[in-house]
Amino acid sequence: MGAAGNHQHRHPLSITEGGFPKTDSRLRGVSPAPTFPQGDAPISATTLTLPVLCPSPYRIIRGVDIFLQQVANGLTLGSIYALVALGYTLVYGILGLINFAHGEVVMVGALTALAASKFLLAAALPPYLVFTLAFLLAALVCMALSVIIERIAYRPLRNAPRLAPLITAIGVSIILQQLAMMLWGRSYHAMPQLLPETTFALGGVQITVIQIVIIGVAGLTMAALLVLVNRTRLGRAMRATAENPGIAALMGVDANRIIVLAFMIGSALAALAGMLVASNYGIAHYNMGFMLGLKAFTAAVLGGIGNLAGAVVGGLLLGVIEALGAGYIGDLTGGVLGSQYQDVFAFFVLIGVLVLRPAGLLGERVAERA
Amino acid sequence: MNAGMFLTHMPRKVQLALAVVALAGLPFMVSAGLGNTWLRVLDFALLYVMLALGLNIVVGFAGLLDLGYIAFYAVGAYVYALLASPQFGLHWPVWAILPVGALAACGFGVVLGAPTLRLRGDYLAIVTLGFGEIVRIFMNNLNAPVNITNGPKGIASIDPIQIGGHVLSQPLEIFGVTVPALVLTYYFFLALALLVMLAGLRLQDSRIGRAWAAIREDEMAAKACGINTRNVKLLAFAMGASFGGLAGGLFASFQEFVSPESFSLMESIMVLCMVVLGGMGHIPGVILGALVLTVLPEAFRHGAGPVQQAVFGQVLVDPENLRMLLFGIALVAVMLYRPSGLWPDPRHRQEFNAR
Amino acid sequence: MKISANTLPLVLAAVLGVAACSKEAPPSDATAPIIIRFGHAAPLTGPQAHLGKDNENGARLAMEDANAANLTFGGRAVKFELLSEDDQSDPRQGNLVAQKFVDAKVNAVIGHLNSGTTIPASRLYSNAGIPQVSPSATNPTYTDQGFKTAFRVMANDVQQGKVLGGYAVNNLQAKTIAVIDDKTAYGEGLATEFKKAAVAAGATVVAEEHTDDKSVDFKSILTTIKGKQPDLIFFGGMDPQAAPMARQIKQLGVPAKFMLGDGGCNADFMKNAADASEGIYCSLPGVPLARMAGGAKFSERYQARFKANIQSYAPYAYDAAMVLIDAAKRAQSGEPARILAELPKTDYNGVTAHILFDAKGDLKDGVISMYVGKNGAWEPLETINTAIP
Repeated sequence: MGAAGNHQHRHPLSITEGGFPKTDSRLRGVSPAPTFPQGDAPISATTLTLPVLCPSPYRIIRGVDIFLQQVANGLTLGSIYALVALGYTLVYGILGLINFAHGEVVMVGALTALAASKFLLAAALPPYLVFTLAFLLAALVCMALSVIIERIAYRPLRNAPRLAPLITAIGVSIILQQLAMMLWGRSYHAMPQLLPETTFALGGVQITVIQIVIIGVAGLTMAALLVLVNRTRLGRAMRATAENPGIAALMGVDANRIIVLAFMIGSALAALAGMLVASNYGIAHYNMGFMLGLKAFTAAVLGGIGNLAGAVVGGLLLGVIEALGAGYIGDLTGGVLGSQYQDVFAFFVLIGVLVLRPAGLLGERVAERA
Repeated sequence: MNAGMFLTHMPRKVQLALAVVALAGLPFMVSAGLGNTWLRVLDFALLYVMLALGLNIVVGFAGLLDLGYIAFYAVGAYVYALLASPQFGLHWPVWAILPVGALAACGFGVVLGAPTLRLRGDYLAIVTLGFGEIVRIFMNNLNAPVNITNGPKGIASIDPIQIGGHVLSQPLEIFGVTVPALVLTYYFFLALALLVMLAGLRLQDSRIGRAWAAIREDEMAAKACGINTRNVKLLAFAMGASFGGLAGGLFASFQEFVSPESFSLMESIMVLCMVVLGGMGHIPGVILGALVLTVLPEAFRHGAGPVQQAVFGQVLVDPENLRMLLFGIALVAVMLYRPSGLWPDPRHRQEFNAR
Repeated sequence: MKISANTLPLVLAAVLGVAACSKEAPPSDATAPIIIRFGHAAPLTGPQAHLGKDNENGARLAMEDANAANLTFGGRAVKFELLSEDDQSDPRQGNLVAQKFVDAKVNAVIGHLNSGTTIPASRLYSNAGIPQVSPSATNPTYTDQGFKTAFRVMANDVQQGKVLGGYAVNNLQAKTIAVIDDKTAYGEGLATEFKKAAVAAGATVVAEEHTDDKSVDFKSILTTIKGKQPDLIFFGGMDPQAAPMARQIKQLGVPAKFMLGDGGCNADFMKNAADASEGIYCSLPGVPLARMAGGAKFSERYQARFKANIQSYAPYAYDAAMVLIDAAKRAQSGEPARILAELPKTDYNGVTAHILFDAKGDLKDGVISMYVGKNGAWEPLETINTAIP
């Protein structure tokens, strides 16, 4: 933004609206200057005033607006976690395998979408079409990639000791990172902005188009996935394989096909998540997948790994916990702990949940695999 | 393996003597043949051997998947750093700090173990992972409001280990022979690694070791047999953590510097890879895993550039890039061809195959 | 268990077998040209790999320039070689790399990139008597340890934080300030010095937030900051965080100026922050390249040689190498001890600054330049002397 006051936000109640007065009368600011009514004057009935948090008493903070903004921030983050978490949970539900390389698939999705967008934009296609085509291409690449990974690194180990595929997953993760680095270089890449960069003000909450798209797309995809798994023939086959691959096979289910399908669906979601992440933050990098994957895995466990609805709930919850944690730890502890403890806070919640519900929020059964 | 056959058929005393000579001579061979870098790698390898043996107790013996093991290493390292550096002006002797560090790590092990006793498998994995991150984040942030760990800057000028009036980071003159500092460190680490190894062996064959194996194979059945699963699991965490703490103290003294960056999640994962790749629950295998995974990346570091130069006449792929790529491929390849690890325990092969 | 005897020979075989594939180069004989090898260490993999490679390129260009000059020492031709290693910005790897340089008997070291690796490694170089010039380690501890081998060609955090804090308050009229850091040795160090200077100049710190060097989502902390209505937000950290942060400040409509240290003052920030880079302030030690005699030419040559734009610290790495080459020239020798004897007397006109060292090995009278983002490029504002009274 133009730091010298280049405002594009037009919300009438916005605290930003008054701009950035550079008059000295205000900047001396120790005495409560009455000449500062601009932004904060009209206070709606729904807002709460918390003047104590602020050193200048005449500044009024709208606690509720800030809280709602934090929730919106958290839901955006959480939707992404949920999309990625679904990939973990699909594979885990059927194979009992932590696909540690899933985060890297997200990264490949993001970088492919980025490259495709750049290429298609150069061909002068309209942005919405570019967005769709880039996603489709990224999804195809990720699906192909995950089929290869499954074939090479996981299928031969299906009856091996439980931790063997975990190590190959870590190996694959390292390999993918290095290949991406060779292909895309070490630099951070700028994602072309395909969606309008308008910011909407809903109440006191600033929301961008991409945030709305993220929450909307994530919601739709998850609904579609739930229908697929719970209402279709294919879904029944997936659930049967998850329950008992041997008996499912006897009933005429091709377990290998189902497993490959689970990987493909998961990686299409990963491609979607990758593209949305890159669009939201404007950058993509060969190293972006690891932490995201880890957070999403945490979300999947929080919700009850293997449970689709659990992944969604866990993802959204983790996003909101992180946002609120980062936003409020400092004030709640009087500045002793600050936003640097955001992850600690999230993990404490996780441990708390798991101590009370050892199989996650929505997990029904206690995992027998120790 | 003719040589191997020959060695295994010798009397035990001869074997032992050969082993002692080989281990004692190794640093000199490495130093003369490959240079001090490799000696330093060897010293680090011994640290990782201790770490892997410690984690092996938790993962290999008791079957508890721990992804935050590096936290105990961190605790040990920071205990050493705080008690023997200008940070608080304390300069405790090494024989006092190492046990304190191990005990502190042991305490953390119990703290981690207690709330997670009901969790199994991957739920335990994610909680331990979280625990590891929590410890690292605290180390990184406990420089305000009160400065304890010096935060991300880390603690520098840590005292090197001093034994009998001799500082280990200085060369020692014995009988007119100068023993370089890195070799002294090697001997000290080796002694402790052997100690950890012996402790591991004794534990495995003890009552407790059998209780761990029982829990690993079937917790319900173990409980039904009258094993106090809670205490036995806690003991696994505590023992594993203590070894981690010991290794951490040595790390701090060796580097003379600690900072939270050294205790990232990736390190936990690496140590787990050592245990699994070597052969979970089998002490020689775990040692092999630790050595291979410490030495391999360094070998690639030295080899990646020159080999390309020799084969293609030019460096096609950045050596550092290729190094990590080869490392990843090695992990996958080893697990594909030896799913139970490079050197699994023949006894356990059967048990592990059952899921 | 029959462990020791059965196991050890195999283990030894494994270790030696893997290790044996590397061999050091043989020493050169008396008639051959003098080979002077400089080590260069930086993260070449991981999140900061782009900066590491940039440094390596800068150093490499200096070596190529020196070779092109066909120097002779005492009648013998001189050839410079660069030995570049990846320290993964990990202190343990950093020490291994340092040991490798010591073993390889390099004549001097350019590096490391991060303060976190530079500080522990400096002890090894000091013990071995190898001169070390870091292009970009800014933490004061590095030169405070009292090592005679430690030098740097970039102003340290104290010097830079002081200039930034003063500029924010005096030139940008900021009275209330929010400070964010990435909780790395660099980011936190710079943010702390900035805070001190800003408070000393009369500003109030209304919010202190922290993130890490892997995050890309800062909306929560920015929302909190927005509630506290600062005039200016300062971020101590690197461009991978700074760029998305700038965009999110814009998206949230936070009406504050945004200011960065050298970690964000680079081409990647410009590229990735896109429109959000407009009106953002940052600082870089030294004089803007365009205003130094060889500077503009340097960036052209860099581009021609590596087919890439300068990322951020390449000119400093170039200067670091050049300072070492210059010292070797004056000493007419590549001997580390002789280079070391000449280094404190350095008086060199580099592409980033006129370089003189003080007694500790820091820049004497270093200067810091302020920049502002304008139309997708960093436009130099003014250059401020850091001479501490």
